[in-house]
Amino acid sequence: MKIADAVELAGRNLRESALRNTLTTTGIAVGVASLVAMVSLGAGLQQLANRRLTRSGLFNTIFVFRQQPRERGFGGRRETAGRSESPAEAQTPRRPLDEDGRLELQHVAGVAEVYPDIRFQGEIRAGSKAEITTMGSIPPSARDNDAFETLKGSFFSSPGAAEVLLRREFAESLSDHPESLIGQEVTLRYAEREAIKPGQSAEEYDAGTVGFGFSVVPRERALKVVGIMDQEPFGGLRGNSDALLPTGLAIALHAAQPAGLRELVGGGNGQHEQYASLVVRVANPSAVQQVEDQIKQKGFGAFSLLDATKSLRRFFVILDGFLGIFGSIALAVAALGIVNTLVMSVLERRREIGIMKAIGASDADVRRLFFAEAAAMGLAGGALGLALGWVIGFFLNTGTNIYLRNHQYPTEQIWSVPWWLIGFAIVFSVLVSLASGLYPAGRAARLDPVQALRYD
Amino acid sequence: MGLQMPNQSLTNPAAEAADAVSTPAINADEVTRHYTMGGTVVRALDGVSLSVAAQEFVCLLGSSGSGKSTLLNVIAGLDRPTSGRITIFGQELAGLSSEALARHRREVMGIVFQSFNLVPSMSVEENVELPLRFAEVERAERNGRTRQALERVGLTHRLGHRPSELSGGEQQRVAIARALVNRPRLLLADEPTGNLDSRTGEGILDLLQTFNRELGMTIVMVTHERSLAERYADRMLFLADGKLSAG
Repeated sequence: MKIADAVELAGRNLRESALRNTLTTTGIAVGVASLVAMVSLGAGLQQLANRRLTRSGLFNTIFVFRQQPRERGFGGRRETAGRSESPAEAQTPRRPLDEDGRLELQHVAGVAEVYPDIRFQGEIRAGSKAEITTMGSIPPSARDNDAFETLKGSFFSSPGAAEVLLRREFAESLSDHPESLIGQEVTLRYAEREAIKPGQSAEEYDAGTVGFGFSVVPRERALKVVGIMDQEPFGGLRGNSDALLPTGLAIALHAAQPAGLRELVGGGNGQHEQYASLVVRVANPSAVQQVEDQIKQKGFGAFSLLDATKSLRRFFVILDGFLGIFGSIALAVAALGIVNTLVMSVLERRREIGIMKAIGASDADVRRLFFAEAAAMGLAGGALGLALGWVIGFFLNTGTNIYLRNHQYPTEQIWSVPWWLIGFAIVFSVLVSLASGLYPAGRAARLDPVQALRYD
Repeated sequence: MGLQMPNQSLTNPAAEAADAVSTPAINADEVTRHYTMGGTVVRALDGVSLSVAAQEFVCLLGSSGSGKSTLLNVIAGLDRPTSGRITIFGQELAGLSSEALARHRREVMGIVFQSFNLVPSMSVEENVELPLRFAEVERAERNGRTRQALERVGLTHRLGHRPSELSGGEQQRVAIARALVNRPRLLLADEPTGNLDSRTGEGILDLLQTFNRELGMTIVMVTHERSLAERYADRMLFLADGKLSAG
C-alpha cells in the first residue's frame, strides 16, 4: 500500500471514532503545550539574562590603554580579570593611543564601536554653588545601558550637544532639589589643552630653539542639565565620574588630560593629542576574547571581564534540560494515551484487519495503516499543542508583566518561542506518537486472519 | 469444461484433474491441519489430496466441522497446513513468506465469505476499491476497475451506500465485486449463499457461473447445500472428518 493511501485510510478511520481520537489528540496537544511553554519560558529567561548582561555594558566591552608593562596598577586589574599577558603583548612595540589607533581598532572584525574614554577635572557651577569633580563621557550607544533605566529627565539629544547628565549625589551637592536642575543651565570650568604655535617648522623643533608642549588655558562652557542618574553606567568600572558629557562634545572641548602630561614628560613633543583610554564595544559578547587578542597583537594594552555569558549559557543548558524534562512528562502521559487508543482500536477492528488481510493486505500494509493513524494524531496534537503552548506562554508573560507594573518595576519579556521550537515540537510529537504506535501496529500486523475473521 | 456436469467422477478427483488443462489451478498433496484445543489435537484436515483444473467450478461439500472451511483457508494461504504441500497455479505456498503470500492472495485469488465481510465504515465503492489500494494500483485506474466490477454485479446505483444500507444479496454482490476487482484466476467462496434466501442465493451462484464461463475463472465453493452444488458445479468433492470421501 502506498503511503498516500495509508494516510487517506488512516484519516477516515480517525473520523470514524471521532470522539475518542479527538480526546487522544487533545492529550498529545496538552503534552506538547506543556513542553512548548516550559522550553519557551527557559529560552525567554535566557534571553532576558543575556539582555541584562549586555545592557550592563560589562561583558561586551574591552578597555584599551597604552601598553605599560612596567606599570603595576593595570597589572593588578588584569589579574582580577583572570587574564595574563600574552607573549605577543610583550614583544609588539608599544603603540600610542591616538586617532589613528582608534580608526585601526574600528576595523577589527567583530567591533561595533570604538570611542575615547575622555576624563578630566572640571568645576560645575549651578547658581551660587560650585563643585569640582571628574567629568566623564559616553557615546549615544550607551543609551541602552541599564544605568539609564531609572534616569530622570532624558538622555543627550545629540552626540555633540552642550548637555550634561549628573549623578544624583553630585546634584544634591549643587541643589537641595536635584531634579529641579533638569532643564537648567550650569557652567563648566575646565582646562583646555592648547597647542603652541601650530605654524612652526620642523627645523625649529629639532633645534629645540622654540618651546614645545602645550599650554593649559582655563575655559568656561554653558551646559544644560538634561538628566539625573541614580547610578553610573558600566557599574563604575571605568572610574567614577559625577557628570557625563556626550563623547562628541568631550572631544571638541580639548580638555587637558593626564595622558597628555605623561606623554610630554615621557619625551614627546606634546603636539600630538592622545587619548587616556579607548573603549571597544564588541557586537557579540562571545567574541570578546578573540577581539581582545587582536588588539593586543596590534601593540595596545587591553582588558575585559571574563565572558560571563559562557557560564550563563552552561547554566541555561541545564535549566532548559530540566524544564524540557518536566514538559515531557505530560507528553509521556499523552503517549500512553496513544498506546491505549490504538490498542483499543486494534481490538475493535480485529475483524476489519482480518478482512484486509484476506483480500490481500500484507502485514506491512496493516502496520503502515496504524502508524499513519498514530502519526496523524501526533501531527494534529503537535500543531494544536504548539498553539496552546504559545497561548500559555503569552498569558504567563502578560501576567508577570502586570505584576511587575503593579510593583513599579519595568516590564520584561520573560518568554520567547524560538523558531526551532516550532519545528521541534511537531517533529517530536510525531516521533513520540510513532513510537507509541509501535506496539499496537505490530500487534495488528501479527493478527492471524483466520481467527480475526471468526471474531465478531 | 464450463458445462454443468454434476456428479462427474467423484471417486478419483486427482486423476481426473490431472488429465485436464496443463497446469492445475490447485494441487494439494497429503495436506493436514491440526489444532490443539485444550490439550487435545483436532485434525481439521487429515491427509487431503486433490487437484482442481484451471477454469473448473468445484464444490466442496460436507457437514459443519468437516474441515471444508479449513481447506479453503489453507488454499487461500490464510492458514498454513501442518504438513503436506499446496500448489496454486504452479506456485508452492509453503515456500512463500507472509509478505509474498499476501501478494499471491491479491494477485491470483479472490475470496467471498458467508458473512460478506465488508468493512462497515466504508461505502460500497470504497470496499470494492480496497484490494486495489493494497495492490498499489493508480487512482485513475482504480476508479475504472471499481466501476467495472460493480457493473458486473449490477450495483452501480449503490456506489455511495454503506453495507448496512444494503440487503444481504446486495452485500454479497459487493463482496463478489471486491473479489473480482483484482481480476483473479481463482475465486474461493466460503458458503456464499449461507446467509441468503434461496432465490437470492441462486442469483449469486448465477453470477459465479457467469464468471466461470465468460472469464474462465476457476471457482472453488464451499457449501452444504447439495442441490445447489449439483446444479452449478462441474465436480463435487465431499469432506468428512477432515478427509475426502466419496459422496
